[in-house]
Amino acid sequence: MSGSPYAGLGKVDISTRARWLAPLSIIIGSLTVLVPFKASFPILPPLGLMMLLAWRLHRPDLLKPWAPVLLGFADDLVSGQPMGSSMLFWTVSFIAIDVLDTRIVWRDFLQDWLLAAGAISLCLIGGRLVAAPLGAHVDTVLLVQVLVSIALFPVLSRLVARLDGKRGVQ
Amino acid sequence: MAPPRNRRPGFSRRAQYGLFISYVIAAGGALVGVVLLLLSTFHPPAFAAVRGTFSELVTPVASGLDWTRRGLSGIPAGIGSYFGVRSENAALRAEVEANRKLVEEARIAAYDNKRLRALLKLRDRIAAPVVTARLVYSTGSSTRRFATLNAGSWQGVRAGQPVSSADGLIGRLVEVSPNTARVLLILDPESVVPVRRVRDGLPAIAAGRGDGLIEIRSAGAAQILFDQGDAFVTSGTGGIFPPNIPVARVRARARDTAEGVIFASPDTLDYAVVQQAYFPEAGAVRAPEAAPR
Repeated sequence: MSGSPYAGLGKVDISTRARWLAPLSIIIGSLTVLVPFKASFPILPPLGLMMLLAWRLHRPDLLKPWAPVLLGFADDLVSGQPMGSSMLFWTVSFIAIDVLDTRIVWRDFLQDWLLAAGAISLCLIGGRLVAAPLGAHVDTVLLVQVLVSIALFPVLSRLVARLDGKRGVQ
Repeated sequence: MAPPRNRRPGFSRRAQYGLFISYVIAAGGALVGVVLLLLSTFHPPAFAAVRGTFSELVTPVASGLDWTRRGLSGIPAGIGSYFGVRSENAALRAEVEANRKLVEEARIAAYDNKRLRALLKLRDRIAAPVVTARLVYSTGSSTRRFATLNAGSWQGVRAGQPVSSADGLIGRLVEVSPNTARVLLILDPESVVPVRRVRDGLPAIAAGRGDGLIEIRSAGAAQILFDQGDAFVTSGTGGIFPPNIPVARVRARARDTAEGVIFASPDTLDYAVVQQAYFPEAGAVRAPEAAPR
């Protein structure tokens, strides 16, 4: 069978491990705040959110529309942001991406990157507005954090493609 | 690139309803998020128990990572000290010799001080240390500055107690679970510490800015000049922080409001010391104000 050039034809064109690997890798992304560095300003990219976006843009049908509610709740437990902020902003950006998906049909990676950049900015800036008082001097570092996160997104996108595995392998 | 597989379910009514309901659940979840957000804004300690439980689960992992980092970062210093030990020994001997007179004088001064205080019948409140523990991780991706201490209520830690190190003040405890506790660092934008200038006792407020610096504002008098290098220590006002813990040093000369650099960097810190609140009654009242949301 494996020698046949037609092996795998007719099988479902998706990997099944993504079903459990996607939520797991997103939660591990959220848990990267556990790295043993005691940051004195917001320096770490929101890796949980970036994993979520990478999975969403890589496999649009994989995560249910309500998945970011639960994943955002898990993120809120460790991130230090007020409870409910990731739940809200992650779900809103998820639904916004679904809406845009019906408008933009043909797609390349730059558009995915742009969508991810919009979602990352929305979540980080929204999170800053609800978490820290308006007078706090965090805006410059926040801008740097947003730019670094956007620049890092392709890396996570490649990582997710790798985690998703070779298509057709069951 | 071909259009991505979208969620359009085709003509199946069942699939269409299923999709619709999942969007309803998502929107409902977002609304729950809004409610939780409002709740945590108006009643910050509301979710302390949930967060504490989760923190109990993940802090052992973070402690392990922290231990690994300390072990690895200690290797170069260990090799260096192995080769430098002879010359270091000689240098230290010379230093002990040179300091002997100074230490004698300091002992006499300390004894005199104690005697004179007894003579004046001054009653000092001593903030006894509760526990010594490590800070294991912090909220690196958030605009708030919390760190997690790997000691909790089973070790006698209570919310409102100050946390400091040998170098200076770190912050205070806002949430305590059985084995872990959350520290509001003095760098946090919602942290306020009453301080005084070492040089002349001028009262001031040290508020966190959120970008790794501290803002020192004069309390009371206007047109105060802060000089570069002015050091500030806690004043003991407010009842949480015991007096005379170093807090920050002014970075550049300024009037009325100056930027300060803290003495104790939470990252390079070896051990954090938790002390009793200076006046515990006041601490209990003030702790909920700054709790994480």
